[in-house]
Amino acid sequence: MADFWNKLTIRQKLAITAWLFLAVPLVFYITIRFYPTFEAFYVSTLKWNLLGAKKAIGMKNYIKIFADEDFWLVLWNTIKYALVGVPVSMLIAFIIAYWLNEIDFGHDFIRAMYFIPFLTTAVAMAWVWRWFYQPLPIGYFNIMLSWVGIPQQPFLKSVTQGLYSIMAPAVWAGLGFQIVIFIAGIRAVPRSYFEAAEIDGAGRWQILREITLPALKPTIIFLTVVSTIGFLRIFDQVYTMSADSAGGPLNSTKPLVLMIYEFAFDEFKLGRASALTVILFLILLVVSLVQLWLMRKQK
Amino acid sequence: MKTWLKSAFALAIGGTSLVWSGLAQAVEIEYWQYTYASRVEAVDKLIESFEAANPGITVKHTHFPYADYRKKVAIAVSAGDGPDVVQLYYGWLNDYRDGGLIQPLSSSAFPHAKIEEEFFPMVGTMKVDGEYWGLPTAVRSLALFWNTDMFAEAGLSGPPETLDEFVDYAKKLTKTDSDGNYLSVGFAVDTDGQDHHWWREVLIRLYGGQPYSDDGKTVAYTSDAGAKALKFLTDFEASHKTGANGFMNRGQDAFAAGQAGMVLDGSFRISKFVKQDGLNFAISELPGHNGKRYNFSSYWVNGISSKADGEKKAAAEKFLQHLTSDAAMQLWLDTVGELPAKPAVALVDANKTHPLYGPFIRGLSYANATAFVSEKPQRQSLIDAYDMVVLQGADPAAALKKVAKAEQEVFDEFFED
Repeated sequence: MADFWNKLTIRQKLAITAWLFLAVPLVFYITIRFYPTFEAFYVSTLKWNLLGAKKAIGMKNYIKIFADEDFWLVLWNTIKYALVGVPVSMLIAFIIAYWLNEIDFGHDFIRAMYFIPFLTTAVAMAWVWRWFYQPLPIGYFNIMLSWVGIPQQPFLKSVTQGLYSIMAPAVWAGLGFQIVIFIAGIRAVPRSYFEAAEIDGAGRWQILREITLPALKPTIIFLTVVSTIGFLRIFDQVYTMSADSAGGPLNSTKPLVLMIYEFAFDEFKLGRASALTVILFLILLVVSLVQLWLMRKQK
Repeated sequence: MKTWLKSAFALAIGGTSLVWSGLAQAVEIEYWQYTYASRVEAVDKLIESFEAANPGITVKHTHFPYADYRKKVAIAVSAGDGPDVVQLYYGWLNDYRDGGLIQPLSSSAFPHAKIEEEFFPMVGTMKVDGEYWGLPTAVRSLALFWNTDMFAEAGLSGPPETLDEFVDYAKKLTKTDSDGNYLSVGFAVDTDGQDHHWWREVLIRLYGGQPYSDDGKTVAYTSDAGAKALKFLTDFEASHKTGANGFMNRGQDAFAAGQAGMVLDGSFRISKFVKQDGLNFAISELPGHNGKRYNFSSYWVNGISSKADGEKKAAAEKFLQHLTSDAAMQLWLDTVGELPAKPAVALVDANKTHPLYGPFIRGLSYANATAFVSEKPQRQSLIDAYDMVVLQGADPAAALKKVAKAEQEVFDEFFED
């Protein structure tokens, strides 16, 4: 053994050492991540209740899913979470980051305040928001509305407002992270660009449009992808805030992940749940590929 | 002196060998249930008395939050781990049986004739394919909780006896501000609570229908009676304006806060309301209609998991016998507030005329238990039908037709093999 080791070149020794260290996460990924992922593809072709016999039924799970009108509603909900949540949260985060970058007094403190919700347990936060949304006489938002003479709103109990009411705390919780990344991005732009622009007489708006935003493109792409995936996988808030954790009323707030959870752990239909997982996986894969493509164009 | 020493010595040896034989036979079985303070307390007491009577057996009591309960049991048992004796909701029986989580009770330890003679008839839903799969310690029924202070303030002297009175009283008990916002509701309707049971097993029957076909394989509530019952339930929010679904989060919370005149709930809620400062309430039987009364009963059963075999199975059977003994049932009523599952224990005068438990116990005699195939999606059908009517203005009959289709699929899928 020692002989063998001594015969190796330094390069080979380095490679072996590196692989030894890499082996630990690799084993972890293969057994905990990749294997279950491939298993999900297989299970999606079965009728299986977690315990009894597995029955191969081919593509039946997928056919049932596509024929289920609830699936299309849920898919549309999921897309709505991302389609509205991502731009809204990024716009707010950018405005805050932009102005926060301008001030020195209390900068760290304010930034920390924005970051705290990101560190808070989603479930605890969602419960507090659930209480905020209650009707009079206990719901804080409705109490505030009544002060200014606006009639009370149903919020979580409405087919139209429910989804946005649940999205709000999700946006709020993600802001801190987005702000920090934006500030880092803004600070990474060489100061000389701004100074040169100012000497040339460019206004604040012009600097923002011509220098800051183009320089932030990689940051924006990164945040878009990360938050899109985050919103497409929204679960905690819906599970906590909708009555009976059912994604209601009338499935109007139910995202794909909650539907997967219900099939798997309320009804023990593992095959159907796996098929849905595969569908979600494909959606996320497409989102990630689009990101790679955009990043490549950047160079 | 010598004889004294001799006998002491003999005793000591005898004692030691007894301990040894006890150790050699020591069997540990696991018992699982969900975390609910009074249930945990009751089971701890029952384990204590069981272990005292059966020195060779120890019982490990595990409990965790309700939200994870079903999932953890399923995963643990399928991995050959987890409980030997397990508590499950009667509506989950088919899921558990289908999943191979539990085994039938042996007829030597639990003779069928004895079960059928001693327990309330509704326990019959535990007999599937000629075998019993679990037995309850306690059963539940519904009753009407009413706030006596609010009743007095509205000039009402007693509880409503009929559905018409119920509506009338709900209107009288409701208070709103000048903008029409509820300050307190007459009837705290709550579809996530017990109201879906009320609709399914009580209201539909009061209007002359039945929720499912007799063989339990077909949805039958798309009838005129079903629609009338749904209209009755949704009218409180949609037209009588005597309350909103989920007012103050849950019906029980509104009632506990003294901001609901009436709420329907089970006897297990008594302990919560009793602890509430400043809440004065009374309990009565559910209102009837055209001289008839119905009630819904449900129960949690204890089953033996498929994992238990050999001496563990024997110990599990003994523990299950202990859990379903008359003494355990009275202890459960006194500790948890759930009703004994045997008429011989439940229907004694002290229980029947009890001011808090009495109405529930009297309700048992005209109660039906739903033979659920899968409780959660079946409950969802009423929740959805309610929302369609109240939030979207749908016609009750049309809403029921829509949810019935989804629920029938649940049945068909279950019975197809």
